[in-house]
Amino acid sequence: MKEFLLIFRLNNASNVKPSAEQIQERMNWLAGIAAQNKLADKGNTLSTLNAKTVMPDNVVTDGPYAEIKEFISGYIIVKTETIEEAVEFAKGNPIFKLGGNIEVREVL
Amino acid sequence: MATSRDQALIPQLFRLEYTKMTAVLCRHFGLENIAVAEDLVSETFLKATEVWALNGLPENPTAWLYTVAKNKTRDYLKRNAVFETQVKREVKPEEREPDWDFNEESITDSQLAMIFAVCNPGNSTEAQICLALQILCGFSIEEIADAFLSKKETIKKRLFRAKNVLRQDNFQIRTLQETVITSRLDAVLKTLYLLFNEGYFSKSNSQLIRRELCSEAIRLTLILTENAWTNVPKTNALLALMCFQSSRLDARAGDSGETILYERQDKSLWSQELIDKGNYYLVNACSGTEISKYHLEAGIAYWHSTPTDQHKWQHILQLYNQLILIEYSPITALNRTFAFAKVYGNEKGIQEAEKLNLRDSSGYYALLGYLYTDTAADKAIDLYQKAIDLTKSLPEKKTLRSAMEKLDQQKSDDDEY
Repeated sequence: MKEFLLIFRLNNASNVKPSAEQIQERMNWLAGIAAQNKLADKGNTLSTLNAKTVMPDNVVTDGPYAEIKEFISGYIIVKTETIEEAVEFAKGNPIFKLGGNIEVREVL
Repeated sequence: MATSRDQALIPQLFRLEYTKMTAVLCRHFGLENIAVAEDLVSETFLKATEVWALNGLPENPTAWLYTVAKNKTRDYLKRNAVFETQVKREVKPEEREPDWDFNEESITDSQLAMIFAVCNPGNSTEAQICLALQILCGFSIEEIADAFLSKKETIKKRLFRAKNVLRQDNFQIRTLQETVITSRLDAVLKTLYLLFNEGYFSKSNSQLIRRELCSEAIRLTLILTENAWTNVPKTNALLALMCFQSSRLDARAGDSGETILYERQDKSLWSQELIDKGNYYLVNACSGTEISKYHLEAGIAYWHSTPTDQHKWQHILQLYNQLILIEYSPITALNRTFAFAKVYGNEKGIQEAEKLNLRDSSGYYALLGYLYTDTAADKAIDLYQKAIDLTKSLPEKKTLRSAMEKLDQQKSDDDEY
């Protein structure tokens, strides 16, 4: 088994407030992975408001890295045999309905 | 002569007093001499059986037993030179409690300490449950073997090894310290939880054994709620879970030993008294911020005891979602999928179920059989057959067979048209 990090990204995250139904859908998705015993880490949701970026020479800016328009909203780690299987898990996540995307990376 | 009613009470009395006296004597002798404590208690019962058969029950049988046990212990100490010269010297005087008696306080403290001693993580959970049944619940080896569907020899060997671990543990049977409690409470709760499940989902055909396992688990958990250190939210959550589940024990037992599944239970047989108790302990359990797996399972059992709410299965699914994130187990995965199918329908349920791919589990095929029942009867029958082949539990076999026969019946009815 390998481990893959799923990184969730949203465009304009601060404006998006998920509905109760969307939260339930996400929870079903996550628990569905856990039910196959393939969830290595249920991860965390990351704040988009209480965020700073620290740069060289003690430069600190508010918010996530300013040049990119996407915000990392959270992550989980799954354990699967192949990256394709991890990608299949990612496809089922409701984030795409909010215009978000998911990056899949093997944990080395 | 003892009346027949008295005679019927004796096994129950012996069972309860066996556990109390063994606990107090182990406190006195130390866990390393558990065999001495057990022998003294057995001798006491032997004498009671002989004397009571001739003279009838004494006015206060419990006090009678304690007096005899105390005298026997005194005699033992006097005549046993080995104990005096070898064992006693090894035990430092300050570690020995100077005076002892079978009073209420010493019994309560000793029993609580024995629970913690028995739930020793150095033993496998199965061995812990066997030990608990013998030492804490006073079960005979035959009864334990019946509960586990094992041979007596297997149980004997398991107990022998487990007691060796206990003897070497150097665990002190005395008023428990906070550090001991916090470090071992989770192991204790887990063993009591499994002890209860052993009864509730028992492989044994004997309704009596199953019921006793459940009620013993409740009795021991109640002891934990009587001590300030162990009366924490998760203990109350576990007790709430046991009460809710037990409320359905009568409705769950079919005439021929099969388990009647939730949906077909006669709800008038549910015990409202136990449901109320479950509610009481569940409220106690919610006094902190911690959400243990027992909280979630008690929550699920609560919704099962409250059949009127139309969003019931939504609530149950959410609780199962949280539970599977705390701790994976095949049973939780299957139960979660059942709840999922209840909310989103059998078709989506089948998709979710097939992903589990638990090909060694009878529950996996039983769930799929259930989900295919309405749409593909032939397939459902095959699946039920696989489940029957895989399970070792007699009640489960019977339940599955009756589901399968129903489908066969339906099929032959359909063929006639």
